[in-house]
Amino acid sequence: MSEPVTLQARGRARRRLRVNRTAELASVLAALVAVGFLAILVGSVLVRAFHALDWNFFTKGPAVFGQSGGGIAPALVGTLLLVLIATAIALPVGVLVALYVSEFAPPRIANQIKLWLDVLNGFPSIVIGIFVFALAVKTKVPLLGIGHHQSVFAGSFALSIIMLPLVARTTMEVLALVPNSLREASYALGVSKWRTVLSVIVPSALGGIVTGTTLAVARAAGETAPLLFTCAIAGQLVNWDPSLSTASIPVTIFEYSESPDRHLNAQAWAAAFVLIAFVLVTSLVSRVLLERQRRKLGRAS
Amino acid sequence: MDAAAPPAGLRRTRHLGDRLGDNALRTLTGGAAFLALLVIAAIIWKVIDGAWPAVHHFGLPFIWHDTWNPVFGHEAYGARNFVIGTLVTSLGAMVIAAPLSIAIGLFLTELAPAAIRAPIASLVEMLAAVPSVVVGLWGILVLGPFMRSEIEPFLHSAFGWIPLFSGDPQQSGVLVAIVVLTMMALPIISSVCRELFLSVPQDVKEAAIGLGATRWEMVRDVVVYNVRGGVIAGVILGLGRALGEAIAVTQVIGNSLGPFHISLFQSGNTLASQIASNYQGAGTNLQVASLVYLALILLVITFVANFVAQRIVHRFEFVRTGGS
Repeated sequence: MSEPVTLQARGRARRRLRVNRTAELASVLAALVAVGFLAILVGSVLVRAFHALDWNFFTKGPAVFGQSGGGIAPALVGTLLLVLIATAIALPVGVLVALYVSEFAPPRIANQIKLWLDVLNGFPSIVIGIFVFALAVKTKVPLLGIGHHQSVFAGSFALSIIMLPLVARTTMEVLALVPNSLREASYALGVSKWRTVLSVIVPSALGGIVTGTTLAVARAAGETAPLLFTCAIAGQLVNWDPSLSTASIPVTIFEYSESPDRHLNAQAWAAAFVLIAFVLVTSLVSRVLLERQRRKLGRAS
Repeated sequence: MDAAAPPAGLRRTRHLGDRLGDNALRTLTGGAAFLALLVIAAIIWKVIDGAWPAVHHFGLPFIWHDTWNPVFGHEAYGARNFVIGTLVTSLGAMVIAAPLSIAIGLFLTELAPAAIRAPIASLVEMLAAVPSVVVGLWGILVLGPFMRSEIEPFLHSAFGWIPLFSGDPQQSGVLVAIVVLTMMALPIISSVCRELFLSVPQDVKEAAIGLGATRWEMVRDVVVYNVRGGVIAGVILGLGRALGEAIAVTQVIGNSLGPFHISLFQSGNTLASQIASNYQGAGTNLQVASLVYLALILLVITFVANFVAQRIVHRFEFVRTGGS
């Protein structure tokens, strides 16, 4: 007589199923941990920033030591200036590098440039700060009043080095998606290469260039390490002169976070809220834009 | 774009302006590319140049010399504690982040219901967008106290016989830095893993299931096995990020100048955090040069890590596109 058939797995099969179950559970837990990290982080910032966020926070300078109140207006202006100037440097250079790699360079050279841009992207940002310190803070530069002191120009230059590989790599990625038929159609009409590049290829990749730049801006706005040596010593007042040093949001958070003064800690949380809101919104928007651009170009080819 | 170049052999009828324009644009873009490479070369050169007085004064023994004494007249600098600190914190973070990231990648490609895959993937990527100074702020004011009051006493009572978990719980220390670095490396590694796992062909996976493998066996023997090189490269990319992180680590590690402790609860220091925490205090030329020497060591370590990772990724892409 044969045994009655059961659906219960036994012995080896049972162990395999149990291992499978455990592995699946572990994988779900891991995803929960990652999402949990983000939730706790953003939640902490929200809860703690709440008290310090008011109108004065955005319009006033830092309060006298030990007193509550005061704001981060100089840091807001500083970060705005730093990021604007850094973008003005990194955007054109990054786009031109990408155009060279995807339209002009022989494949071997193109691959080398891509590889080195990735290496530059991997440089620790503190090393870039040291580089700019040696180049534009320690020594005198016969240009724009830079040298022998920290300045917005020096800080922006450091940030632009961090932005450059991001802008260039995203732009390259989108240029590679521009269908060859567009280029061929333009040549068939007798249009020269440079006009094709400027009036056919660049416009169709414009969305990608904008996205790459916003991603880079989001990254640069939160960078602290490159500014420590180049643009950290600051007064209490709003400064619009880029040849002088200024406060900035990341450096302010860094200094306030290590302060024993609770009012300053609260200000650090509020500044972190401003920074995190800006960074998360910009990077989210740019990701959505990039996805749309990819789909659009994907359909065209 | 050779395929799209104007056909050769045709009679030149182009206008002078077009020829000039082509050359001008080629020169302009090529110049920008050259400028970018020049900046990379200049960074390397300036760091070597800035470190030179210390290199000349201490030589290679700087790397394993373990004092850091900035008192004038007794100046002596060495990198050993910082090199050990950098390696311990980064590798420690990888020990936690690598398996977690692989599991997240698998969840996002194999397990999660299709509707929640994209939202969770972008949530994980948003973790990468949080500025390190904010992670550090959270680390110093929230995570540190929590580690001292909850996690470290637990680890101490459960695993106190292991020297790593000996000693009194601290608010800032190596373990806090490891957790912070884990958070920063996690999104990088898991997004690499996710893309790799997506690249494994569906029919191979179905074949494994058809042969009677459980989902876990399919994942282990087919999915992960197929892309193991890429996974390693992803982990090295995350490691590169962890090695060079200065700000968040400075905020949470305690920046001690003493020898590196065997206990993970004690404060320590890394190459990057030692540079960052001395940014305004450096006095003598020799001290500045020694800090730049630390930067040089850091640059070499991250350079090697990133270069190896890029090489693996490139080769892997080549095999993948060449094979199909």
